[in-house]
Amino acid sequence: MVLLFNIIFQVSDAISFLLLSAIGLAVIFGMMRIINLAHGEFITVGAYGTVVTAKMGLPLPMAMACGVLVTIIFGFILERLIIRYIYGRPLDSVVATWGISLIVSQSFLIIFGPSIEGLKSPLGSFQMGDYSFSEYRILLIFISFLILVLLYFLFMKSRFGTLARATIEKPITSSALGVDVQKVYTITFCIGAGLAGLTGALYIPTMTCVPSLGQAFIVSAFVSVVTAGASPFIGLVPAAAFLGSFQTGITFFYHATIGLIGLLFAVIMIIRFLPSGFSGLIKKGK
Amino acid sequence: MGLNNILEIKNIISGYGTTNVINNISFGINESSILAISGRNGVGKSTLLKTIIGIVESKSGNIFFMNKNITKNRPTERSILGIGYVPQGRDIFNSLTVEENISLPAISRRMKNLKNELEKIYSVFPILKEKRNDLGGSLSGGQQQQLAIARSLIFNPKVLLLDEPSEGIQPSIVSSIAEKIHNIAIELKTAFVIVEQNISFISKLSCDCFIIDKGVISSKISSKDFSDVDKARKALSLEL
Ligand SMILES: Nc1ncnc2c1ncn2[C@@H]1O[C@H](COP(=O)(O)OP(=O)(O)OP(=O)(O)O)[C@@H](O)[C@H]1O
Ligand SMILES: [Mg+2]
Repeated sequence: MVLLFNIIFQVSDAISFLLLSAIGLAVIFGMMRIINLAHGEFITVGAYGTVVTAKMGLPLPMAMACGVLVTIIFGFILERLIIRYIYGRPLDSVVATWGISLIVSQSFLIIFGPSIEGLKSPLGSFQMGDYSFSEYRILLIFISFLILVLLYFLFMKSRFGTLARATIEKPITSSALGVDVQKVYTITFCIGAGLAGLTGALYIPTMTCVPSLGQAFIVSAFVSVVTAGASPFIGLVPAAAFLGSFQTGITFFYHATIGLIGLLFAVIMIIRFLPSGFSGLIKKGK
Repeated sequence: MGLNNILEIKNIISGYGTTNVINNISFGINESSILAISGRNGVGKSTLLKTIIGIVESKSGNIFFMNKNITKNRPTERSILGIGYVPQGRDIFNSLTVEENISLPAISRRMKNLKNELEKIYSVFPILKEKRNDLGGSLSGGQQQQLAIARSLIFNPKVLLLDEPSEGIQPSIVSSIAEKIHNIAIELKTAFVIVEQNISFISKLSCDCFIIDKGVISSKISSKDFSDVDKARKALSLEL
């Protein structure tokens, strides 16, 4: 019983980590085909925004909201200055966002130094048999699920969602029907940035606060989005579920390093034998 | 041409890259009138409509809509001002439901009472009401054509640009679409610019027809010459 609970916890924890790592990247890639190599830095911005405002005395949830807000503003400015000029140019977007990533991480190093004092992990932990579980990480599992539900309603059921899906499918026709495509892109980019910021805000209490902290999410983020395929909106959940279970399984029987190697191995196999990713698989099944 | 023209094109030159497809075209159209445009494949009929809605930029000349110069406006702005556009091949959103397809222009305009407007559209196109929750991509060609027209009518445009509405559609539906266009022009005071190669379709609209060749209007055929299909065919084949 305890063992079963532990397995469910470990798997859900791994899946929610993959999901939260990838969600901002997936929204921006799925919507605008921008491969955002500065994704990790967006996460860093959210994390620092949270830590700095928390140190100023804000309660943690408020500080996290500030972290998200700062990242949205950061994303908005970047979109206005750079990103909007490279829509429809995926390769250029790689170079441009890589440049942004370098500038931002070095700026953090200059402004904040090699590390700042982090936050304590909120909530406590409880014991079950031989295992101890962090309550905060269990909360994160529920939060990641909640975010997915909210995003589903935003993109599938809201008026903005209709505009966004039309714009993804046929941007030129959408504009000829009166959709302000540019505005839809700006809003979506800010949503993607805000989600990345939220990831940083949510995980920073469990991490040390260094300028390169975003890098911890990059591998998970990119493997999830790559295996999700061309339509990350459809493929992300199954991709994260598969990769998370696989990684936890191997970690369980061997150890964490082997688990990570196994994860990357699985990704290579998926790319090799399922080149259109999980979304391709789902679309074919329909 | 005159002040009462709802849409007026003056000396438009446009094309792709350095090649010009439209070489100096001018015409005007009144409120609630219909104008047909025909010509051989590849002469630039679609390019002309794209230039009017703004997807293709005009290199010189001016476009006036309700006496406002819109030559520099983006497609989004032109659409919001009241120009509807049904592209060749229809460009239905496959991943949106039929109702979402129709609602899209209304949503982008933040129109109130969308429900009422939808009911009006459904009374003109009952088949779309039946299929309202199906995905746009699952409709047949004729149904998609009706959907594309419905999608542009939802915001009561002053001018509707239609690119080959009869393409790939069975004759009986062609004539029912022609009839609907006729009624809409009269009842909603919508002006139509219709690119069309189907002669019986044009003759049903009883409107003037411009023939385009080599990027200019090579001739104008008046509605009288379309009064019967044989005469029309003769007039067009002389020109094409
Ligand atoms: N996107 C484009 N880029 C470059 N050239 C184009 C493009 N679209 C059309 N053309 C060229 O412009 C010319 C006119 O094309 P257009 O589609 O306007 O013709 P059309 O009269 O609508 O033909 P059809 O009757 O086949 O629909 C053609 O020579 C075509 O090759
Ligand atoms: Mg054409």
